[in-house]
Amino acid sequence: MSTNTFYNEIINEHNLNPYHKHSIEGANFSLEGVNPSCGDDIILNLKVEDGVITDGAYEGDGCAISQASADIMLDLIIGKTKEEALHLADIFMRMIKEKISDEEKEELEEAGILESVSHMPARVKCAVLGWRTMSEMFGR
Amino acid sequence: MITDTEKRIREEFPLINSTTLAYLDNSATVQKPKCVLDAVSRYYENDNANPMRGLYDLSLRATEDYEKARSAAARFIGAAPEEIIFTRNASESLNLVAYSYGMNFIKEGDEIIVSVAEHHSNFLPWQQVAKVTGAKVIWYDCEEDGRFDLDTLLGLLSDKTKLLAITQVSNVLGRVNDVKTMAKMVHEKGGVIVVDGSQSVPHMAVNIKDLDADFFAFSGHKMYAPMGIGVLYGKKALLDKMPPFLYGGEMIESVTKERTTFAEVPHKFEAGTVNAGGAAGLLAAIEFIEKYGFDFITKREDMLTKRAFDRMKEMPFIKILGGEKAEDHHGIIAFQVEGVHPHDVSQIFADSDIAVRAGHHCAQPLHKHLGIMSSTRMSVAFYNTEEEIDRFIEVLSGIRSRMGY
Ligand SMILES: Cc1ncc(COP(=O)(O)O)c(C=O)c1O
Repeated sequence: MSTNTFYNEIINEHNLNPYHKHSIEGANFSLEGVNPSCGDDIILNLKVEDGVITDGAYEGDGCAISQASADIMLDLIIGKTKEEALHLADIFMRMIKEKISDEEKEELEEAGILESVSHMPARVKCAVLGWRTMSEMFGR
Repeated sequence: MITDTEKRIREEFPLINSTTLAYLDNSATVQKPKCVLDAVSRYYENDNANPMRGLYDLSLRATEDYEKARSAAARFIGAAPEEIIFTRNASESLNLVAYSYGMNFIKEGDEIIVSVAEHHSNFLPWQQVAKVTGAKVIWYDCEEDGRFDLDTLLGLLSDKTKLLAITQVSNVLGRVNDVKTMAKMVHEKGGVIVVDGSQSVPHMAVNIKDLDADFFAFSGHKMYAPMGIGVLYGKKALLDKMPPFLYGGEMIESVTKERTTFAEVPHKFEAGTVNAGGAAGLLAAIEFIEKYGFDFITKREDMLTKRAFDRMKEMPFIKILGGEKAEDHHGIIAFQVEGVHPHDVSQIFADSDIAVRAGHHCAQPLHKHLGIMSSTRMSVAFYNTEEEIDRFIEVLSGIRSRMGY
């Protein structure tokens, strides 16, 4: 595949100007996610009230894929319930590792652009880092 | 456009000759020339039997092939055949020294000096020795430009020093270390020096007697031989007093239920059926290198390094790890692209049909010492072309804009 289609404007924008890369007040869920072999390292902070993710952010550093993917994930899950977020994580993981339906891809909204990572085995763990950390945080 | 010389070299390498990929990850492993592949097949087609075991002709031929390879490896670095132990790779060679020499001759309170630029293979075994024996690991730091200051070493040496572990050429910085002087300094304190030759032996002439290293390790696969054959050189007097590392077949003189006496070196250290096919490949690889000669190989590699280095120096967003001059780099240039993670850098290269490596290159202490997490590394072999270097430079100069800068 060609780079021009992968490092596209959406990924670059989320990597260079992330909306959710900062600290937040009052987070009641916090977990560090690390890919030791490549040094991607994020700390995910979420504020959950009555089962709903009302705010969230991340800090850390790593490759564009890991950072953009975490940022896109936060866009998607803020305002959703824990269960909805875990459901989306499940779809995302299957998108990267197997296959998903068109309807499922629609549910992922912008995160769907990371589908091409499924053809890049060395980058899978970068793409799933934020999602894996969120699932672990909620006890999955 | 590739030159006639380049064409002639490349035709010797089936993989290189049949791909458009610019392979610039040569310090990880190099591609193999046809003569090496043929030598391995020839061994299995004509001479294969269990070396050292049978009394029939075929087994004698297998033994002869294997020992011929040992003699060639010895000649190649200026050693005697009985000082050459075949292993799987440099890592196994270094583990052999650590387990057989380190665990038995290093004691509580002793000090092991390890350079901060070591590949994990020449650090982790010493960390284990220290843990088990109660010895202490002392770090030998390099300067900002990757140079190892001899005065710094002088300050670390003491009567407690039992061993210095250092690489002749760093797989990240590409700089040649003055291991000859270091050996002298360590010997004055009564210690031994363990030199990692993985990145020097494939690219420059090495004479072990001149260096006066006590142990010297390298891998076949980085010097055009197959994977799975490596070398440990050890001074005969040291090898003689060391116990075996692995126990089993083919390393004994006599075995009774009560008592075993071990074979002479080097066989004492080669338990079990050996990699005779790999050794045949190593012999062919040595002859291949000798055919071109290091005058030619080193000159070409230095020229390619300089071609890349000088252009990289002109790019303000590139930070090169180590020396300020191309001559400091010996085929290896590790670098960072400002604002772009090494994995993204190497991904863009991969998508542009260029193979480079990203990460810590199994040298985490060095990256930490330099204050960074990881880097991207390009490394050349003499079969690379000027055109490949130009392609590398072209992609490199466009990386930041591809990443949205
Ligand atoms: C300097 C150095 N030492 C040791 C090694 C380990 O070599 P091997 O993996 O063949 O044991 C390498 C190769 O990666 C290296 O570059």
